[in-house]
Amino acid sequence: MHDAAQAGPGAGPAFPEIREEVAKLCARYPSAYWQKLDREGRYPSEFVDELTQAGYLAALIPEEYGGAGLPLSGAAAILEEIQRAGCNGAACHAQMYVMGTILRHGSEAQKRQYLPRIASGELRLQAFGVTEPGSGTDTTSLRTEARRSGDRYIVNGQKIWTSRAEHSDLMILLARTTPRAEVKKRTDGLSLFIVDMQAAKNRGLTIRPIRTMMNHSTTEIFFEDMEVPAGNLIGEEGKGFRYVLSGMNAERILIAAECVGDAKWFTERSASYAGEREVFGRPIGQNQGIQFPVARAYADMRAAELMVREAAALYETGADCGAEANMAKLLAADASWAAAEACVQTHGGFAFAEEYDIERKFRETRLYQVAPISTNLILSYIAEHVLGMPRSY
Amino acid sequence: MKVLVPVKRVIDYNVKVRVKADGSGVDLANVKMSMNPFDEIAVEEAIRLKEKGAAEEVVAVSIGVKQAQETLRTALAMGADRAILVVAADDVHQDIEPLAVAKILKAVIDEEQPGLVIAGKQAIDNDMNATGQMLSALLGWSQATFASELDIDGDHAKVTREVDGGLQTIKVKMPCVVTVDLRLNEPRYASLPNIMKAKKKPLDEKTAEDYGVDVSPRLEVVKTAEPAERAAGIKVADVDELIAKLKEAGAI
Repeated sequence: MHDAAQAGPGAGPAFPEIREEVAKLCARYPSAYWQKLDREGRYPSEFVDELTQAGYLAALIPEEYGGAGLPLSGAAAILEEIQRAGCNGAACHAQMYVMGTILRHGSEAQKRQYLPRIASGELRLQAFGVTEPGSGTDTTSLRTEARRSGDRYIVNGQKIWTSRAEHSDLMILLARTTPRAEVKKRTDGLSLFIVDMQAAKNRGLTIRPIRTMMNHSTTEIFFEDMEVPAGNLIGEEGKGFRYVLSGMNAERILIAAECVGDAKWFTERSASYAGEREVFGRPIGQNQGIQFPVARAYADMRAAELMVREAAALYETGADCGAEANMAKLLAADASWAAAEACVQTHGGFAFAEEYDIERKFRETRLYQVAPISTNLILSYIAEHVLGMPRSY
Repeated sequence: MKVLVPVKRVIDYNVKVRVKADGSGVDLANVKMSMNPFDEIAVEEAIRLKEKGAAEEVVAVSIGVKQAQETLRTALAMGADRAILVVAADDVHQDIEPLAVAKILKAVIDEEQPGLVIAGKQAIDNDMNATGQMLSALLGWSQATFASELDIDGDHAKVTREVDGGLQTIKVKMPCVVTVDLRLNEPRYASLPNIMKAKKKPLDEKTAEDYGVDVSPRLEVVKTAEPAERAAGIKVADVDELIAKLKEAGAI
């Protein structure tokens, strides 16, 4: 039943029955909804609540904890369809995969305490505090520290680009528990915690929204003697970095699927407009100058889609899929950007009008050249880990 | 009470329909197929009756190609309890005519003994608007067509019908056949847990022969043609311009 990701050549998109229902849900959130949110810089609470109530954000949570227990390719199908419909899954995609850290490395008590409530939507866990102003991809140089004191940890430091923190009840936080000078490997001495943000607010936790070029609800977060119960440590102290790495492949594959959805949205728009818009007495789509970029972006998208499928299939067998997950993200982000470019060029001035949604989607999909990992870092990874070339950083 | 809902797999309403080169019909190869939108409304109404406690069981039935089981799974994911697929064609281009559909449905109903049949008023592929009416005649049951409101009151159904002159409310004796119009309700989408549950709900598979119904066509399609293309409209700035344009066109 769940082997759709491994379907052979010519197989249609996996999980057609799920895609169809997601599309119906998304149809209730038309352009006007997203345009209004964008203008007001508001979070799509109604959309996220409806997706949650319909169980789609609990796709990856096992059935025994109240979720649907779908494989990763099922979650990818959901997110792709959301983007393809012109909606924005970035507002809530993390609710799908951040819980994976608890699922894979949390204690049974933590799983029982949190997963069913995340599945039901009672708790939102969609904030992941890793990046700091002084450490981006160079994660191990982060400075936020958690010092053990009796039955709790005292946290001090700062995080940045923590998206959706204001719309999350829980956060997974990566902090240093052993000073860098005292550990053998730089990847040691970091630990992961579950932070109850509601309890910590005004008690050492401060969240400041950062206005950005799109409506993404990102923030910076400050910790000043914030207390976290020792029972909220995930797994073993000092092994947090490894736990974070293990979740990154899932994140990359899911975001790649979103880019494929974006690329489909742009290309459907381009092809349809190019066929209708007449200049000099004939449709502009008759010009190869218009056709070729749209056609090339479509081919790029199809190639990326196959790599996403390959990466998800590998992930589901439990095999190492670091290279494929990274390549899927690279190819899909490039494909969505190429499709966005072609869409703007095809629409000419109309692409800049808010009512066409193109400028909004254009801004939104640009993010994936940069986040959650920049394209250059993926190339460095492929060069070093796949091709055996010298480490470049 | 048991409610029976016939559902048809048709070309998706978003698909741009193409007429086959030989004019024998429309091209259905590799196009997206979905549940007939009027049937979705019928399924929704049946589920609402069950949720209100007016019905105990909702059975969805589809007649056509084997792939109609996807359509039935959609009905099950929405909330139908079980489904019956009657395979009556191998090729998606072979349409089963309303009379044959009505005969098969009658046979299914003789076995299932539902207290109510809710059907779409017509299918969007060939717009026959006949199956519900034929079925009621074959069964000898009352019929209430084009429903925009439905209330079950003991052994009667009160149905508001959308007719040319406005709205007409009638009271019919149960069991009856109700065919539904667009404004009856807004069908739900299925939640993820319900999609998963639907995979485990019973779906019986039968054939037209099982019911002894001959499905060979009685009608011959002489020609299928695309509607004439409409010329693009224009925008006018104000009422004066509108009147001027209408005069120009000889419309007033």
